[in-house]
Amino acid sequence: MAKVIEGLYYSESHEYVRVEGDCAYIGITDYAQHALGNVVYVDMPEVDDEFEIEEGFGAVESVKAASDLNAPVSGKVLEVNEALEDEPELLNKDAFANWIIKVELTDKSQLEKLMDSKAYEAFCAQ
Amino acid sequence: MNSKLYGKLIFEFSHPGRKAYSLPKNDFGRHEFPESMKRRNDAELPECDELTVVRHYTNHSGNNFGVDNGFYPLGSCTMKYNPIIDEEIAALPAFSNLHPMQPEQTVQGALEVEYNLQQALSTITGMDDFTLNPYAGAHGELTGLMIIRSYHESRGDIKRKKVIVPDSAHGTNPASAAVCGLEVVEVKSTADGLVDVDHLKPLLGDDIAAIMLTNPNTLGLFEKDIPEIANLIHSCGGLLYYDGANLNPLLGISRPGDMGFDVVHLNLHKTFSTPHGGGGPGSGPVGVKEHLREFLPKPHVVKDGNRFTVESPCCCRKSDGYCFKNNRISTYLGNFLVNLRAYAYILSLGKENIKNVGPLATLNANYIKESLRNDYELPIDLVCKHEFVFNGLKDKSTGVTTMDVAKRLLDYGFHAPTIYFPLLFSEAMMIEPTETESKDSIDQFIEVMRVIAKEARETPQLLKDAPVNTPIGRVDDVLAAKQSILVYKDDK
Amino acid sequence: MTYKYFPHTEEDIREMLAKVGVNSIEDLFSEIPEAIRFRGDYELPEAKSELELRNFFQKIGDKNQQFTCFAGAGVYDHYTPSAVPNIVSRSEYLTSYTPYQAEISQGTLHYIFEFQSMMTHLTGMDISNASMYDGSTATAEAMLMAFNASSKADTVLYSSTLDPKTIAVLKTYAHFHGVKLVSLDSENGVTSKNDLKQKITQEKVSGVIVQQPNFFGIIEDYSDFADICHENKALFVMNSVAADLALLKTPGEWGADVAVGDVQSLGLPMAFGGPYAGYMCSTSKLMRKLPGRIVGETKDQRGQRAYVLTLQAREQHIRRQKATSNICSNQSLVTLFATIYLSIMGKEGLKEAAQLGYDAAHYLCDEFTKTGKAKLVFNQPFFNEFLVRVENRDAFYDKAITQGILPGVKVVKTCC
Repeated sequence: MAKVIEGLYYSESHEYVRVEGDCAYIGITDYAQHALGNVVYVDMPEVDDEFEIEEGFGAVESVKAASDLNAPVSGKVLEVNEALEDEPELLNKDAFANWIIKVELTDKSQLEKLMDSKAYEAFCAQ
Repeated sequence: MNSKLYGKLIFEFSHPGRKAYSLPKNDFGRHEFPESMKRRNDAELPECDELTVVRHYTNHSGNNFGVDNGFYPLGSCTMKYNPIIDEEIAALPAFSNLHPMQPEQTVQGALEVEYNLQQALSTITGMDDFTLNPYAGAHGELTGLMIIRSYHESRGDIKRKKVIVPDSAHGTNPASAAVCGLEVVEVKSTADGLVDVDHLKPLLGDDIAAIMLTNPNTLGLFEKDIPEIANLIHSCGGLLYYDGANLNPLLGISRPGDMGFDVVHLNLHKTFSTPHGGGGPGSGPVGVKEHLREFLPKPHVVKDGNRFTVESPCCCRKSDGYCFKNNRISTYLGNFLVNLRAYAYILSLGKENIKNVGPLATLNANYIKESLRNDYELPIDLVCKHEFVFNGLKDKSTGVTTMDVAKRLLDYGFHAPTIYFPLLFSEAMMIEPTETESKDSIDQFIEVMRVIAKEARETPQLLKDAPVNTPIGRVDDVLAAKQSILVYKDDK
Repeated sequence: MTYKYFPHTEEDIREMLAKVGVNSIEDLFSEIPEAIRFRGDYELPEAKSELELRNFFQKIGDKNQQFTCFAGAGVYDHYTPSAVPNIVSRSEYLTSYTPYQAEISQGTLHYIFEFQSMMTHLTGMDISNASMYDGSTATAEAMLMAFNASSKADTVLYSSTLDPKTIAVLKTYAHFHGVKLVSLDSENGVTSKNDLKQKITQEKVSGVIVQQPNFFGIIEDYSDFADICHENKALFVMNSVAADLALLKTPGEWGADVAVGDVQSLGLPMAFGGPYAGYMCSTSKLMRKLPGRIVGETKDQRGQRAYVLTLQAREQHIRRQKATSNICSNQSLVTLFATIYLSIMGKEGLKEAAQLGYDAAHYLCDEFTKTGKAKLVFNQPFFNEFLVRVENRDAFYDKAITQGILPGVKVVKTCC
């Protein structure tokens, strides 16, 4: 059973958003890393890149699959998790501890459209 | 298999000063090569004597497994016997020694082969004309979709940008559509694995360019609703594209042209027995109905009285710079020597034998399916055509996966089936025997598959550790992707 | 029903039908609507015996004419060491499938890895794929790669000194994929740097494609081209004849991001246009944007070095419509041919053969122009082929043909 953490926002394409003030950390869920298997590469945007909600901002690759990263919220990239460049397997070790990008939120109201942990758990169970 | 000789790369045999070549004396006088255009260092190619090179590649061939080595039940790949006489013909200097830009009157034989093969493929598929230029199946798909777009756009029907692809389709279908600038719309399969006509209907409209279908589909099932599907698609103004990956069982049975398809591509390396060559070269001819003939890519061979000639490009000078009559997808006339082999195969079989290909391939597949259904899970219990899909072992309690079964088969001297495709079943195992396999070799395969099912119950670890009788054991895919060593680097 | 490639005896068929539980083979097709059953005969001749087949093709072959070949324009009549076709014809190579089952495909995987290595050594690039269909489609793939690498720039520039056949393929791919393809002018047979500077700022350019040596055989000076491209965030793509790279300044040295071309020049038979193979190399930075199969090094369970298809997440069978390309094969056997050719010729042989071609072409050009009946069109350095204007060209050409000489390729102004 995949881990789900309370207090985060979740998208249907299995990204999570952890909000801290006007910023947010975005990553993939434990469910997503399970489905992908051994992650071998994380394609990340560059700092200062801006994207709209649902726009692709990168991809996570395993040996047998690849999954595009879709922005759960609009934002501007403040930081990328450089540790993932050398150790993409960190996502398998702990997907929630190893966020992929940190963004500045452009529209906090978009968070309301995302799922909470309960709803996401139910979504995954389907 | 040659495990003792496994291992080295040609670079590791290299010694400065050794050579395996001899060239004629240079009596043209030395002409200075412009210094600023020279490379700084020599290319690091190996330096070996001839015997070392010959041994290296001869020994490495022992680490390979071909149709000539044993049974190759690889689903959707049609690994039939590749007749040796076809190799002899393809090696004739009268064909292999022709420059592609020789004048037409000096290559009449080659053009005759191309033209006659275009005709032969037309009668076999029920189409009106063919191009032999596409180099492979996926290239044929792209070419066929370009022809479809050419048709719509030349009629001013420019909003047709969607192509319908079943969820069971080969990955190349959506990928080819994307390269061709089309958007993919997925149509679902019914529980019986066929295109869901009720799901298809609401997808139709004036933005549909085409539907791409493989028939029989990737589950080995004949899309029996194809006349209705053809009607629906044509009524909305779209065209039907036939992915010929699975044509083999239909030889002597049914023709895509008669089913209502407007465009087909074939894989000569499957249905028409040209060797797969470790992944190519293949050939992916595309056939069309009369109304699409003008969009066939150039160059294209036609017959003019008793002469064979190559159609020249159109000089219409369109205002936007693109003319659909000048579609070009290859440098010349495709993989000519592959086409030549396929033509030899067709002539060898002749009209009386070619029509037995489909029936015998289908018989072989059903025989295997029925013989193994007690040990392997049959998710769709219907008469199949040339291939069928098991969803892994019937007994799922052992923890033995389709991957384990596939690897154990290698130990017993068989190639594995196609595994984990189609994506409809989690433990898919797709088996295609082809008509050239004898009952004896098939019975051996069945026996081994039963033994493996027994091993899965009794000694599952044996399967997890398989293969053990091959030059190498299972490889670390994750390490390969992570370290990404793609080139040999001399450590010295 | 027995035939030399169909082993089924009457008894086999009976037993198999019994197992399947049907009365006849016909019953296996009962779901196919009668309206689309094919009940006729194919319009084909009757079966030929092996001897008849051999004689038939020898006769058709006699309708072709073989020449002493002075034609080039992308396809070259090079010498082929005897060992090469001999080894390539081994059925373990010939009749195997794509090396998905690595444990029984190390033969194929090893030579592809060697091929990739040799192509990077020749081009001076970091990485290579396992080959594309041919040189012109490899160039088209490079165009798509540049186009797709940038989300904003929709234009690719190409030099008008490219082979017109390559240009025609580029135009086709570009039209359907939605790439805006714009040509760069040439001056005295070489790409205009000024035109590049102008157009790269006028348009939103994602890639620039040039050819070296160009279609006229001219060795162009591409100094500054890479810098101009990179300043404008465009990829610099160079198409070269593989064998010529033994001597030429490499695409890597010119600063190319992608190097492509055809390997036919590596001893392959001219074969009336195919099969050949395209090579495609790039910088490591573009590793995940490169289309096609790639073989990588790894270890097996027993700790041995082994090779395997890798980075497959770029490919169509995983990414479907989001793949870097729809290509699903490589010209594998052709790369084996090229790899053995390069192993036989080696470091020195390939250079020596290239120098021989260079010297022979210059000797021929000197002697030919000395007659006064042929004039070099461009006063530029050339490699192993050259463009001449010949007095009474067509009569000269026809006369050569009657004497068993293919004197070259007629160059015509293309219209479209």
